[in-house]
Amino acid sequence: MNIFENFRIALRALTANKLRSGLTMLGIIIGVAAVVALMAVGEGATRGITSQVEGLGTNLVSVSSGRNFQQPGVQTQSLLYSDYIAIEKAVGGLAEITPAYQIMANVINGDRQSDYSITGVQSNFTTVNSYTVARGRFITEQDGTGQSRVAVIGSQAAEDLFSSLNPVGREIQIDGTTFKVVGVLESKGTSGFTSQDDIVLIPLETGYERLFGGRALSSGKRTLTGISLSAHDSTQTDNIISTVEYTLRREHGLTLRNDLGFVVSSQTQMLSTLSTITGTMTALLGAIAAISLLVGGIGIMNITLVSVRERTREIGLRKAVGARRNVILLQFLAETLTLSIIGGIVGILLGAGIAWVVSLTGVISTLITADTILLAFGSAVLVGLFFGIYPAYQAAGLRPIEALRYE
Amino acid sequence: MIEVENLKKIYHLGATKVYALNGISLTIQGGEMIAIVGPSGSGKSTLMAILGCLDVPTKGSYRMDGQAMEKLNDNQLATIRSRKIGFVFQQFNLLARTSALENVMMPLYYDGVKGKIRQERALAALEIVGLSDRIHHRSNQLSGGEQQRVAIARSLVNEPAVLLADEPTGNLDTHTGAEIVGIFQRLNRQHGQTVIYVTHDPFIARHTNRIIKLEDGKIVGDEVVLHPFEAGTPRSDDLLGPMKSDDRKAVEDS
Repeated sequence: MNIFENFRIALRALTANKLRSGLTMLGIIIGVAAVVALMAVGEGATRGITSQVEGLGTNLVSVSSGRNFQQPGVQTQSLLYSDYIAIEKAVGGLAEITPAYQIMANVINGDRQSDYSITGVQSNFTTVNSYTVARGRFITEQDGTGQSRVAVIGSQAAEDLFSSLNPVGREIQIDGTTFKVVGVLESKGTSGFTSQDDIVLIPLETGYERLFGGRALSSGKRTLTGISLSAHDSTQTDNIISTVEYTLRREHGLTLRNDLGFVVSSQTQMLSTLSTITGTMTALLGAIAAISLLVGGIGIMNITLVSVRERTREIGLRKAVGARRNVILLQFLAETLTLSIIGGIVGILLGAGIAWVVSLTGVISTLITADTILLAFGSAVLVGLFFGIYPAYQAAGLRPIEALRYE
Repeated sequence: MIEVENLKKIYHLGATKVYALNGISLTIQGGEMIAIVGPSGSGKSTLMAILGCLDVPTKGSYRMDGQAMEKLNDNQLATIRSRKIGFVFQQFNLLARTSALENVMMPLYYDGVKGKIRQERALAALEIVGLSDRIHHRSNQLSGGEQQRVAIARSLVNEPAVLLADEPTGNLDTHTGAEIVGIFQRLNRQHGQTVIYVTHDPFIARHTNRIIKLEDGKIVGDEVVLHPFEAGTPRSDDLLGPMKSDDRKAVEDS
């Protein structure tokens, strides 16, 4: 009596009843395939979102006035233009740095008008925030020093204000001041929640002098709504954040005991927030997958129970010709294992096939991980074993005559 | 040798006790061929199940070759069934969709007999029952008589000390039944095989050397048949009625 012999007998018993074996296996196949396909979609979506955020640049650090939403009650501080100068000096060669002052203002072109966020920027804005110019040119240093009334608009703003016309060289009114459009930005898509193509950019100097007025001043000093830094080396972002925080404390006379009235955040931090969200989503999909596996498990249980009941007489016969209880159990174990393993493998292949077809549609990308396969396969085998062995154990415990008389 | 003393099997149906066997005492020597007869519900099948170690008695002792069966545990009984007992059922009880050869080899697998020897012994057993030309037929491709012959080969393959058959001809027509009885007779006479079978057919019973009659769980008759019928004896009406010992002697003496 050996294991090999047991599996041979199991295989013979399984092939003697092809339909029943096939149906039992089908339960396992569907359960495993559902888990694999669903988890592949979940993992794929997670990977997709993560890589989109990473595409925005993991090396981006942004500084803004205000307080972190996680720290209510903190005294906010005005972000000054002089802070920008100090930070630029402190960060030095570690990052490209650019200041911005943003307001909401009404923009008019003929009879078309709408509110846009108007941002005063410097010439290196595109480098830091990874924008590219589609038409015309971007704001230059000369535009700043000359306080030129020029504007570069986002692709969405261009479409809204000029529809199919080429905006370059045409004029728009921002809060009543005429600006000449010199460039249109390449579309960048949405970043999580806001459109990045719905913007109007003007030279920062021009903004201070002609548009922002008194609201951009704090005790007579020029303020900023944000400073963006793009680290040359993404491993340096944490270092840059602490340098920026240190500089801001120094500039505003804050000690470490005082709360920092600024928000200094990196894309990496946003990524970790997002990964919490996608983690929840994967858990949700996992829960759905678990339900489908449970349903599959109940199917396995049902068929196995019926087949063991149906085979109670066979168990009685095997006992009558001298089979010991443990041998009967081993035989059923071998049968269920064979079914589960074959079913599990076919299920994984089927699930992978479904995932592949789903990814072909282009709507959702899918990703099959080793964890998914282990989870699906392991649970299928466990479910199959438990529900197969339990009734067999009961039948094997019967006296042969009782099992033989079982109807 | 089988010795049974004051054997009782009691079932509880609600509050009432049902005595399936009510004090059976019996001694069977090796090489005997015995028929157990009696009306339905007389306890024939229960006695056979206990003799075959498929069931255990409520009370009483059962010794086979001096070994006390009632003291054995589940696994020890399995070993006895595997080595000493061959059992033939009324419903044949073959494995479905499985070849005759596989069916006959099955008991040897549980006795740990190696693959090649297993096949040789199964083929020999199938030859004894005259099914050498049907070894690869599956059980559902065989006739009733052929299925029962496979079942007999299966019970023989372990070379058991005693061959027990519970109504082996019950599901077969008269002609086929007679063939099966012929096989039992040949086994008993040529191979010295101890055979015990249950039947309610007096004609089939008269092919043995001893008829034990059961009624209400008790032995009410235990008679020696001096001149058993040979297999192939034509059935005639005057032999079908129930016979008393004296009547039979009269028939035999004439």
